[in-house]
Formats: sequence, structure tokens, C-alpha cells
Amino acid sequence: MHAWIAKQQYLIDFTLSSLARRKAKNFGLLLVYTLIVFLLASVMLFTHALRHEAAHLLEGAPEVVLQRMVAGRHDLIPPGYLERLGRIRGVQHKEGRLWGYYYDPVVKANYTFMVPGKENIATGTLVVGAGLARARGLAVGNVISFRSYAGNLFPFSVARILPQDSELVSADLVLMSEGDFRRFFDIAPGYFTDIALSVANPLEVRNVATKLAQQFPDSRPILREEILRTYESIFNWREGIVLALASLAILAFAIFAWEKASGLSAEEKREIGILKAIGWETGDVIKMKFWEGALVSLAAFLIGYVAAYLHVFRFSSALFTPVLKGWAVLYPRFELTPVIDGFQVATLFFFTVFPYAAATLVPIWRAAITDPDSVMR
Amino acid sequence: MIFQSAIIALLLASLVCVGLLIGSAPYAVDIIRHWNINSGSEKQLLLERRTYLLSTLLGFVFATQLVALLLFVFNADKMSSMFVGAMCAVGTLNVNAFGFPALFAQIVVFFLAASWLVINHVDTRACDYPLVRIKYILLLALLPLLLVAAALQWRYFLGLKADVITSCCGSLFSEDAKGLSGDAAAAPLLPTMIAFYATLALAAGAGFFYRLRQRGAYFVALFSMLAFIVAMAGILSFVSLYIYEHPHHHCPFCVLKPEYDYQGYWLYLPLFIGTAAGLGVGAIQPFARIASLTSIVPAVARKLATLAGVMWLLFAAVASFMIVNSRLVLLAG
Repeated sequence: MHAWIAKQQYLIDFTLSSLARRKAKNFGLLLVYTLIVFLLASVMLFTHALRHEAAHLLEGAPEVVLQRMVAGRHDLIPPGYLERLGRIRGVQHKEGRLWGYYYDPVVKANYTFMVPGKENIATGTLVVGAGLARARGLAVGNVISFRSYAGNLFPFSVARILPQDSELVSADLVLMSEGDFRRFFDIAPGYFTDIALSVANPLEVRNVATKLAQQFPDSRPILREEILRTYESIFNWREGIVLALASLAILAFAIFAWEKASGLSAEEKREIGILKAIGWETGDVIKMKFWEGALVSLAAFLIGYVAAYLHVFRFSSALFTPVLKGWAVLYPRFELTPVIDGFQVATLFFFTVFPYAAATLVPIWRAAITDPDSVMR
Repeated sequence: MIFQSAIIALLLASLVCVGLLIGSAPYAVDIIRHWNINSGSEKQLLLERRTYLLSTLLGFVFATQLVALLLFVFNADKMSSMFVGAMCAVGTLNVNAFGFPALFAQIVVFFLAASWLVINHVDTRACDYPLVRIKYILLLALLPLLLVAAALQWRYFLGLKADVITSCCGSLFSEDAKGLSGDAAAAPLLPTMIAFYATLALAAGAGFFYRLRQRGAYFVALFSMLAFIVAMAGILSFVSLYIYEHPHHHCPFCVLKPEYDYQGYWLYLPLFIGTAAGLGVGAIQPFARIASLTSIVPAVARKLATLAGVMWLLFAAVASFMIVNSRLVLLAG
């Protein structure tokens, strides 16, 4: 075993010095390789962080939301509906929610108006999200007027601006009191936008939803796990599309690696010839070339991955946001929580090192079978 | 659901591997037909050189299969959130009829590939390469298997469809979807436990017996194969329960997760190495009488048998340690 390790050590030693002797050629390969790793790793880190963020956000969402449908469109929950829900076994808590959208022609953006369930907000005041405050230039104490859909102007004063760290969800949020909300949108007492139900036992959620669907044929229950699944598959799909497009780049890279590995210079050929003349076997040359590939791959993978990490989590992935994030007028500014996943690293490895290794196999062999006499003559 | 990074990676890997093997098949046929170690012709020289390429290539393909096997299981586990009722990898693999067959095919390919590599190793140690023909005939036999494994994987991934809400009409998938259970069939506890330890003892014993007496090589292979099956059954029926400390969670994959401190690797690594080594002992035994291999085969087999014996002991020890350390009590009194 010791002899084997020592042999590999000497091989690595030799390979490193041989790589150092041809800096320019190897540097070009390393650069392209690193770029490929960087590109793919950025996409993967970014989507994974987004997935993580979505799952994290939805942890606080109600397990089931019940919406009423009229002619296939979402409608208000009429009075008495909440009471008719009665006591469904497994439901811990139920509440009618009030929320809606408002288009502000000043900044050409949609706001989400909402009555908070727990917090009490004084009549005539608002709590606004940081993105909105930025867009309209609001500060605490300012007065802002909205024209309701009935045509009346409603002045509000800003009581508070929501903290920046919740901006991913609260950029366009406007919180107001129940009375203000009903007056502004002209919604009669007893009506609600939808109903939120919290269910403690995750195994019960589907039963509760089935019961709701039977009891209220005019409604649709939306489960948190379904929302989560949908987000997951959207992000996965986007990542997959980008990677599928990038596979062209990978193909180009594989061809490049093939060319680099097979285009041995006369000097390299002579080197291999000399090695074989002094007793190296074909297998040893293949091993040396294997270590060469492994070292280059490792360096490119590490540098590329670290660069991608910095790009995504330090520089907010400036290069890819338009494709992967989606867009909106009031786009939230947010910092992603750094998450690294072993599974992602393994997948990335398959996308980069695997094609490289596959592309260099045959050229390595071609180099290794070189006849000493034919190159030294 | 092809547009998933891990699925693309797996399909890419199986495509490249199948492509490499198919590409090398004509060379293999050429070697089978024209190999003649006593000839000094240019053709023979070329063939000898090609054997280097083919064995490097196969080593690469089989190493890839190993990593792909791991990725396949991980991916199945990751995707469990996309399907109603799937709690972990078992549920995802059950989504369509091709999940488990694909996994099994991959495991079989892995073990056969390992045996091939052992034969290859023995052959290259001998001065006259006595097994070249047999090696490449075996390689051609392996090719359809790899094709089947790749095809099963394609079918499995193509058949996956996530239960996702569409924006206009949220519908309740959960209502009519049949539950995908994470429960595997459980055997009666005490007989399973006895069979588990007895088979492990046989497998380890056969390994050490071969080390001492150089006899019973086929038994090492046979018992290793048997021990692999029984060990998987044991993990399913009770070892996993002790790890999860839950009397009904029979999943063989969740043990690999961080929630359980990656304990599964301590089980699966010895299990797979032990089985591969044990099978290798049997795989080279038919060639022990070939003149140039009379000393090489026993030496290699001895090392492998020792490795198998140690791995089976280690596996038994790890499993026992997990059972003893668990707070779950399945056998009272």
C-alpha cells in the first residue's frame, strides 16, 4: 500500500512540474474550464438558494386556503360561510382574510393591500413595504392618497415602514385596518377575500381539503404543500432549461478539451518517448495523464465554484437575474441566504468533470502508446 | 420531467457510457477474433495497444456507474417533494413501474462491472494476458445489460410528471392521487434477525476460511451474494427501524440523509465493497488452473476474500452498534 501511495505521489509531483513547464497552454484550458464551472455553478447555487428561500417563506403560510369560485373566477366569501365551515376535525384555527390588489398609475405598479390578522392598525394610517416606500419616496409620517375604484380619494398617513429583511415578500405590501379596507374597496361587512385554515397534523391536511371540497362544491382548497411543489418545479424547470442550453457550451468545451489533449506538441511527444525509453510502461503514462486531468479538473472546479459562490451571494448574481428571477416594477431587493448542497455539487461534477474526462480518454491513450523510437529519431 | 439538472446529468452519463461501450464493441470483436499473443505482427501490436484503451475506458464507465448510482438515489430522494404522498426516495421510485427496476439494474451492472475489473486486474498481472478473449467476450455480454439499465432509466424519467398547480385553476391533486407508501414489506422480526446474522457470519467465515486454506472460493461468492440480499432485507425490516427509532419507517434510503447523520454510508459502504470483493473471488476462480495464473489468482483472491471477510464483519458490527445504541425497543425481555 505504501509503495502504491509513494508511486502516486511521485507521479503527481512529476505531473505538476510538467504542467508548470507548459504554462500558457494549460492556463488557457484552465481558464475555459473554470468559466464553464463558474457558469453552471452560479445557476445552480442561485436557483437552489431561491428554492430554499421559497420553502422557508412558506413555512409560515397557512396549511390550507379556501377560495370561493364563481363562474371559474375567484370571488368574495359571502357572510355565513365561515360559520358553515363549522368544526372540521383537525382544523386548529380558521380566519377570514381580507386582501386585494391595487394598481397605482403613478409608478405603474401593483400593490398588495392587506388587513393583517394579528396586528391592529389605527384607522387612517398605513404600514408599507420598503420597495413601495422607495418607489414613492415615502417616510414615516408622510401622507399618501389613493384613488379608490369608486373614484373617491382616500388620504392615509404612513405609520411604519416594514423592515428591509422581509423585502422578498413585502416589497409591494400595504397593510391597513379592516374598516379602511372595507371602505376603500367598498366591501360590505361579513365578506372576506378567502379563508385561511391551519392544520396541525401534516397527514391530516389532505383529509381536511377533501372534506372542504365536498362540503363547499363552489370553492377550491389550495394546499401549502401544493404551492411549495409548484415553486419547486418552476425553479427546477428554469434551472433545467438554462443547463440544457448550457449543454451546448459543455459540448464545445468537451471538443476543446479533446483538441487540447490530442494536439501534443513535438516536445511533449519527445518527453513521452523518453519516459518510455527509460522504462515507463503505457499504463504509467496513462496514469500520469490521468493525474494531469484530475489536477486541472480539481483546480478548475474549486476556483469556478468559489467564484460562483461569490458571484451569487456577494454580488447578487448580476449576470443571471433577468433569466432566473422573473421581473416586476417593484422588484424586491434581497440578499439570498448562502446554501450549499452536496447533491448540487455532485450534479455539477457530472456536468463538468465527467464530459472533460470522457473527452480526453482517447487522446490520452493516443499519447500513451507513442513509440519511443519514432519520436526520438 | 427531463428538465431537472440531476436528471439531465444522469441521462448524459448513461448516454456517454453506452456510447463509449458501443463505440468500443467493434474493437472488442476485433481483439476476440485476431488476438494471438505469440505473433509479432503489426496487427497484434495494435491490438495490444488497444487493450490499454479499452480497459481504461471500462474503468471510467464503471466508476461513472458507481457515482451515478449514488446520484440516482439522491435524486429520487430530492424529488419526493414533487409527488403527492411521496415522503422519500421509495415514494419517488414508486411513481411509475420503472423506478425500482432501474435501480436494481444499476446495482447489478455495478457488481458485474466490479467483477470484470477484478478479472481485468488478474489478466494484466500475468505475463501472457491469458484472459484477453474471455474478458472481451464478457464485455460484449455486459453491453446489453448496460443498455437495459440505461433504457429503464430513460423510461423512468420520461414517465415522471410532477403534481403541480396551474395558475388559472388550482385543483386538488391530493384528492384522487393514490397514496405512495414509504413502507416496505416487513418480515417477522426475530427470524429475520437470526437469518441476518447467520448469513453475515457465513459470508465473513467463508472469506476468512479462504484466506487460511485457499479453498471454497465459490462459496465466498455465493455467500456474499446471499449476504447482500439478506442484508438489504435486514436493513429494510429492522436496522432502519432502529436508526429512525420509529416502528414503521422501513426506508432504506433515508439513512443516507443528513437528518440521520449520514449513518447509511457506514452500512452501505462495507456492504457494497464486501459484496463486490466476494463476487470477485468467485469470478477469477475458473481461471486458477491457467498456467500463467496459478500463483496470481490465489494471491489476488486471498486479498479479496480477506477484504470481503473484514467488510462483512464491519457491516455486522455497524448494524449491531446501531441497534444497541437505538432507543427503540422491538424485542422485549
